[in-house]
Amino acid sequence: MQHEVMFAGFGGQGILMIGKILAHAAMEAGQEVAWIPSYGPEMRGGTAYCQVVISDRPIGSPIIKSPRHLVAMNRPSLEKFAEAVKPGGVILINSSLCPDRSGRTDVDELAVPVTDLAKELGSVRAANIVALGAFAARSGIVDFELIREAVKEEFIHKEKLIPLEMKALDAGRAEAEKH
Amino acid sequence: MGKKVLMKGNEAIGEAAIRAGCLNYFAYPITPQSEVAEYLAKRMPEVGGVFVQGESEVAVGYMLFGASGAGARVFTTSSSPGISLMSEAISYIAGAQCPAVFVNIIRGGPGLGGILPSQGDYFQSVKGGGHGDYRMLVMAPASVQEAVEMMMVAFPLAEKYRNPVMILGDGLIGQMMEPVEFPDQLSTEPSNKDDWAANGMEYRRSDKRNLVKSLYLDPEQLNNHNLLLKSKYERMKQEEIRYEAYNTDSDYISLIVSYGTMSRVCKTAIDNLKEEGIEVGMIRPQTLFPFPETAIHDAAGKPSCKSVMSIEMSMGQMVEDVERCVKGNRPVGWYGKCGGDVPTPEEIMHVIKEGI
Repeated sequence: MQHEVMFAGFGGQGILMIGKILAHAAMEAGQEVAWIPSYGPEMRGGTAYCQVVISDRPIGSPIIKSPRHLVAMNRPSLEKFAEAVKPGGVILINSSLCPDRSGRTDVDELAVPVTDLAKELGSVRAANIVALGAFAARSGIVDFELIREAVKEEFIHKEKLIPLEMKALDAGRAEAEKH
Repeated sequence: MGKKVLMKGNEAIGEAAIRAGCLNYFAYPITPQSEVAEYLAKRMPEVGGVFVQGESEVAVGYMLFGASGAGARVFTTSSSPGISLMSEAISYIAGAQCPAVFVNIIRGGPGLGGILPSQGDYFQSVKGGGHGDYRMLVMAPASVQEAVEMMMVAFPLAEKYRNPVMILGDGLIGQMMEPVEFPDQLSTEPSNKDDWAANGMEYRRSDKRNLVKSLYLDPEQLNNHNLLLKSKYERMKQEEIRYEAYNTDSDYISLIVSYGTMSRVCKTAIDNLKEEGIEVGMIRPQTLFPFPETAIHDAAGKPSCKSVMSIEMSMGQMVEDVERCVKGNRPVGWYGKCGGDVPTPEEIMHVIKEGI
């Protein structure tokens, strides 16, 4: 089984980081993983995205034109990538910044106001972790406790942020389980 | 081997150099390999090593020459236009028989080109780039783990042959994160440096006087020097060829030759075609020089095999070597792209089906 996840949003939203955390957690679960950032000219235009491939077999092509899942942190990301998602995948939309929906009936669409939830928790900068919590819980690709450990490791040098990030992760999970 | 860690190719290459006992790194930043310098700027001082950012790639090339001539293990990383600027020094280093490791994380060319993955520097790496009759030993990794393993053998090979070794990756190998395990640390001293290092007699374990030079004005001497260099390149062909054969136990109807990132896409295409009942084999050169000539010749000659395809992120460079190996026994085709848009498995499947 192979999962491909596209994380997309504005530069500065922590897109690359949550892709890395998911890849890290999947690696700890014994899966093969590859993480690819956008480093081309598009990142200068303000859009950041990364692709994570998780597989139980060695990964062939690490570049995926049609991902299984999409985490869209803003409107342009949804517009750009929603069409390409494979049927049956999860599309997570940051409804704080994106009023639109994918229009797809063959996917598991989930709209979560991750930016607003993060503000309520005390920092807008935790929005990416809210999104990760919601996506990880909904997709079930990787054991949630491994995600939790990978977040802690990511913030190992910013230890005072860990309690906030744990709350953000749980807030995301709660939203995913609510809908 | 330690624990698996998730690392970007560029950072893993930097760490691998340290594990390979190389504590001298000179470089100039260029996308898509700048993270190597970023990583080693922090890491080298921690291990007592040196990172100097040169004023240009031309200078960096000669910093490598100087350090190597003094017996130090040394390497640099750059991307295509930077390697062009270093090519003069590479020729001098090869001529003077000094060991050094160059990493090229290729971007699209020619000229400034673009910053996305490409394999357009095949000719530059394998056939020359600098002037004169020299060769580099060129290795092409297809994963972050393989980049690390190739770095670990690059330094001992450079010293064994007293010749530049190149690790030829593409933008994706540099930018991608994958799990890696690092092999154990090598010693920091080249074992044979008394043979070439001009580092002062008091540091020498022999009385042999070393001279680092590439100037031979006497025609007979220069010819003999070139014959000596040639004998080293012939020895590489005997001892250093590395390749991976994929699905070659099957009765494949077509053979792909592909390397680096491109070969991974081909593997997915081969797996998908197998499910459709079409068998395709692949030879993936891990060394581009020396090239796996016999392996490709023999694999192409399998009775079931009707055609050979060179699939590369360049406009038909490696295909010339593939044709040379197949020797007209089978038709040889080419497919590739080099704008930075890596061909998809679906494209490769389409190309193979068209050809059979």
